[in-house]
Amino acid sequence: MADEPLILGIETSCDETGVGIVRGHTLLADALASSVEEHARFGGVVPEVASRAHLEAIVPTMDRALKEAAVTIADIDAIAVTSGPGLAGALLVGVAAAKGYAVAAEKPVYGVNHLAAHVAVDTLEHGPLPEPAIALLVSGGHSSLLRVDDLAREVTPLGSTIDDAAGEAFDKVARLLGLPFPGGPYIDREARAGDPAAIAFPRGLTAAKDLVGHRYDFSFSGLKTAVARWVEARQRAGEAVPVADVAASFQEAVCDVLVGKALDACRSSGIDTLVIGGGVAANSRLRAMAEHRAAKHGVRVRTPRPKLCTDNGAMVAALGSHLVAAGVAPSRLDLPADSAMPLTVVRV
Amino acid sequence: MLVLVVDSSTPAVTAAVVEVSADGVVARAQRCTVDARAHGELLAPQVDAVLADVDARPADLGAIVAGLGPGPFTGLRVGLVTAATMGQVLGIPTYGVCSLDGIGHPVAVGEPVLVASDARRREVYWAVYDGAGQRIAGPNVDTPGVAAERARDLAVTVAVGDGAHRYAEVLGLPVREEPRYPDATALAVLAAERIRAGAPAEPLNPLYLRRPDAVAATGHKPVLP
Ligand SMILES: [Zn+2]
Repeated sequence: MADEPLILGIETSCDETGVGIVRGHTLLADALASSVEEHARFGGVVPEVASRAHLEAIVPTMDRALKEAAVTIADIDAIAVTSGPGLAGALLVGVAAAKGYAVAAEKPVYGVNHLAAHVAVDTLEHGPLPEPAIALLVSGGHSSLLRVDDLAREVTPLGSTIDDAAGEAFDKVARLLGLPFPGGPYIDREARAGDPAAIAFPRGLTAAKDLVGHRYDFSFSGLKTAVARWVEARQRAGEAVPVADVAASFQEAVCDVLVGKALDACRSSGIDTLVIGGGVAANSRLRAMAEHRAAKHGVRVRTPRPKLCTDNGAMVAALGSHLVAAGVAPSRLDLPADSAMPLTVVRV
Repeated sequence: MLVLVVDSSTPAVTAAVVEVSADGVVARAQRCTVDARAHGELLAPQVDAVLADVDARPADLGAIVAGLGPGPFTGLRVGLVTAATMGQVLGIPTYGVCSLDGIGHPVAVGEPVLVASDARRREVYWAVYDGAGQRIAGPNVDTPGVAAERARDLAVTVAVGDGAHRYAEVLGLPVREEPRYPDATALAVLAAERIRAGAPAEPLNPLYLRRPDAVAATGHKPVLP
């Protein structure tokens, strides 16, 4: 244990400033500062507001992580940082911070892919990942289905959203229902009292014709509009909107598509491990539905606990740890922040 | 004492090592690259390079000076986060200096000068310095026309900085060729008293001068006709 590498991870791709520390697969610290409240009145993450918050938060968050893990920077073997994808200005703060730490402490730095990190974080909870695996990554910024043959080197995108991210749909429907931002947890809560079969909302890109070109892609824009139409029609008729039923039916439609496509990917490739990550993976209905349906197909679902599903530094440290263990060389000191970093690139 | 200086408030990305002693401030090594789009890529390797140039390790540094801007936000933060994180690891104080001072202070000899750097959106970040190099107006962000008017009121006779070059016609002042960008040694000179006194570390708060572009969410737009 003690001879396993001690890895620090830095995450700033959206509105969370995260610093995590792991030793091998053991989580030692997961410090987080969030600017989510500053974005609430804008109904979505404002990039410049997020970037300013990262600059203010990075040093104190690092301090907390080091204290929590009871280590010093000198003890660290390598520093991993999210270099993309994400908000350009926000990523740049984390990447520059990682380099500042790396240069000052004379440590190697790994610029890593945020989505691969969402997969890697599960190893902190469930141990080494069986490969190949299928991963479903869903959040306010991304909705992707991927095949992981070698988390250190080879990740293949199977599909992604062609319009809104799943988490974005949650935010927009929440706003429609008068629920606060971010919408995910509020929809989840309301839905518990609602009937998921009350309203038949559309399942995007699941019709036979869509499966040809978009078998593993997602679309949530049509669903969002359908919910808006339904709610408005009620309001215009002067009727009360059954918030719990709308929330439950909307959530059911999202989860149905996500789980259906993820399991389709498992079945068609004969892969029996499904990892679910990203903020939407904290949704209780998604977790329950995935477990239930996967069991029928002999697929094992791995979902980290909710706190590790949302963006954090531990996930970046977990991926860094995996890369170090796999003998992957560090990045160069001129590594960029790449807001559109392709999924196929695990480390820049 | 060896001091690291960084500034990323303009298209120039600067890292330097200077020696601060009781006698003065001496430049030891400097890297400056003009590329407005690559601050994040360029700065850390330049810091590494200037340390190597003087055969020093990071632990040999006694303090860090950073240009606080004003400057376009994304690039500006690179220098500040670099300085702050390095200061944290090394346990050495960080000091902030208004980046425009690093242009205006060294050239203001005898006559007042207007310093202008490019703020994009057809505006400049500007400040005015008296003949002794003291800032007497700014830093502000305005159109070049407004900056020119304020400069005239303050009897400015010459302008300097990349913004002054860019908007020379509107400013209507003769433009000094150098420095176009904040001078690392000048930034160190402006922090030298604090460095020598071992003054407490300062939080490196950027001089943004502009609020973030963001509009509060309005009510939901109906989808039904
Ligand atoms: Zn994420």
